[in-house]
Amino acid sequence: MRETLISVENLSLNFPNHQVLSDLSFDVQRGEFLGIIGENGVGKTTLIRVILNQLKPSSGRIRIKDGLRIGYVPQFRNVDVEYPLSIEDFISLNFTGIKLPWLSRKEKQKIQTVIKQVNLEHISKRPLGLASGGEKQKAYLAQALINDPDLLILDESTASLDPNTKRELLDVVLRLNKELGLTIIFVSHDMQVIHEYPDHFLWLTKDGYTSGPISELHNDSKEGEYV
Amino acid sequence: MFSFEFMRNAYLAGTLIAIVSGIMGVFVVARNMPFMTHTLSEIGFAGASFGIFIGWTPLNGMLAFTTVSSILVGELSGAVESRRESVISAISGLFIGLGILFLSLSNKNSSYATNILFGSVIGISHQEVVQMAVLSVLVLIVLFFIFRNLKDDSFDAVGAKTNHIHSSIISIIFLVLLAFSVSVAAQIVGSLLIFVLLTLPAASSKYFAHTVLSMMLLAIGFALFGVWFGLYLGYITNWPVTFFIASIEAAIYGGALLYNSIANKSR
Repeated sequence: MRETLISVENLSLNFPNHQVLSDLSFDVQRGEFLGIIGENGVGKTTLIRVILNQLKPSSGRIRIKDGLRIGYVPQFRNVDVEYPLSIEDFISLNFTGIKLPWLSRKEKQKIQTVIKQVNLEHISKRPLGLASGGEKQKAYLAQALINDPDLLILDESTASLDPNTKRELLDVVLRLNKELGLTIIFVSHDMQVIHEYPDHFLWLTKDGYTSGPISELHNDSKEGEYV
Repeated sequence: MFSFEFMRNAYLAGTLIAIVSGIMGVFVVARNMPFMTHTLSEIGFAGASFGIFIGWTPLNGMLAFTTVSSILVGELSGAVESRRESVISAISGLFIGLGILFLSLSNKNSSYATNILFGSVIGISHQEVVQMAVLSVLVLIVLFFIFRNLKDDSFDAVGAKTNHIHSSIISIIFLVLLAFSVSVAAQIVGSLLIFVLLTLPAASSKYFAHTVLSMMLLAIGFALFGVWFGLYLGYITNWPVTFFIASIEAAIYGGALLYNSIANKSR
């Protein structure tokens, strides 16, 4: 049975000097793997911020299923080589709220579960600052998984990775999608991986947008990679 | 050594300071605020002098100035990086100037200035130890309640934003706690050497420990070692305690950096 998690109708968003999103309509169904693609500046991250309720649309509307839990992996993080926390402790940062400073047994178990899901068991005690780009992205992904989201949003998570590492990360995401039924929104400007992983696409351009099942994404766009 | 009341008070006060500094220091380092802390401490110098001038204890004067200014100083953390350093210089300069003015107006001899700037162990009365204990416990209680949100905001500001943590509220609470901690720590190491306890032990700990709680325990350990050993060395040599504590903490930090570079090479 289809269950609509997000429904966007005629959504537009204007910034003082220019319009970013114009008359956009699409749905996200439970279990879908949606790839959002487009050049820099067409409003991919802006759209994500609308979904996260950090920005209000100028017109049109967006309906989000009641109680939908969203796990978000942002594009940039302040993690340098001296960043001291282990991957495990970094993941635990998402256990927020007014609770005891130390973690409960249940929370510790949850951390181990998500670490396994992203294949980081072997380095979970290592400082995050010393991890490779791909390992860092997996740690960010694991952190977003900690609160059992229904929907996972990845914003340009593969942008700085080499082709092999990119696939390794997306294989993990695809497995979460297939095995746990996690709904995925994956933002990228990399046509190649959009063809390969998502089952639906939303292609934002300067003049408008196209969307649909991935089979309808033009094949001639396969070679092009937006930077 | 413990037959003297002032040494007993100094050890009690030093132990409290080491615990609070170790814990707060981990957040100071994570939030990249060592110089902000130092500025707060210089504002504290003006406060202590003001206290002496109007007849309060230096600790109360310090508390009043640092707490009020912590909220104003917090606005700075949002300022553009390139401007921030200059603004901090202006504030430091202004408040040290004010401190000198208040001291001069109060007609006290210069040993007061030395005590506030560089710390003193002999001046700590039992009553002040009690007040420091109350302040320390207050800091720890508030930290206990905001711990997880403060930890997220300090170690992953970007993630905290998506977790809907009110970063500005957390920052203000943290700065007020920092004001208390600075006022307490300055009683022993002085307001010019606040780095020694509120930055160095925590900055050293991050090369050995990789969880927030273990970094705190280690930072407390480094701070305690410096304070206890420093007080002892000061007692037997009659040299300034602050000199010993500063040297010990700097040596630990140097050792930590050395350890880190060796460990990185062998990786």
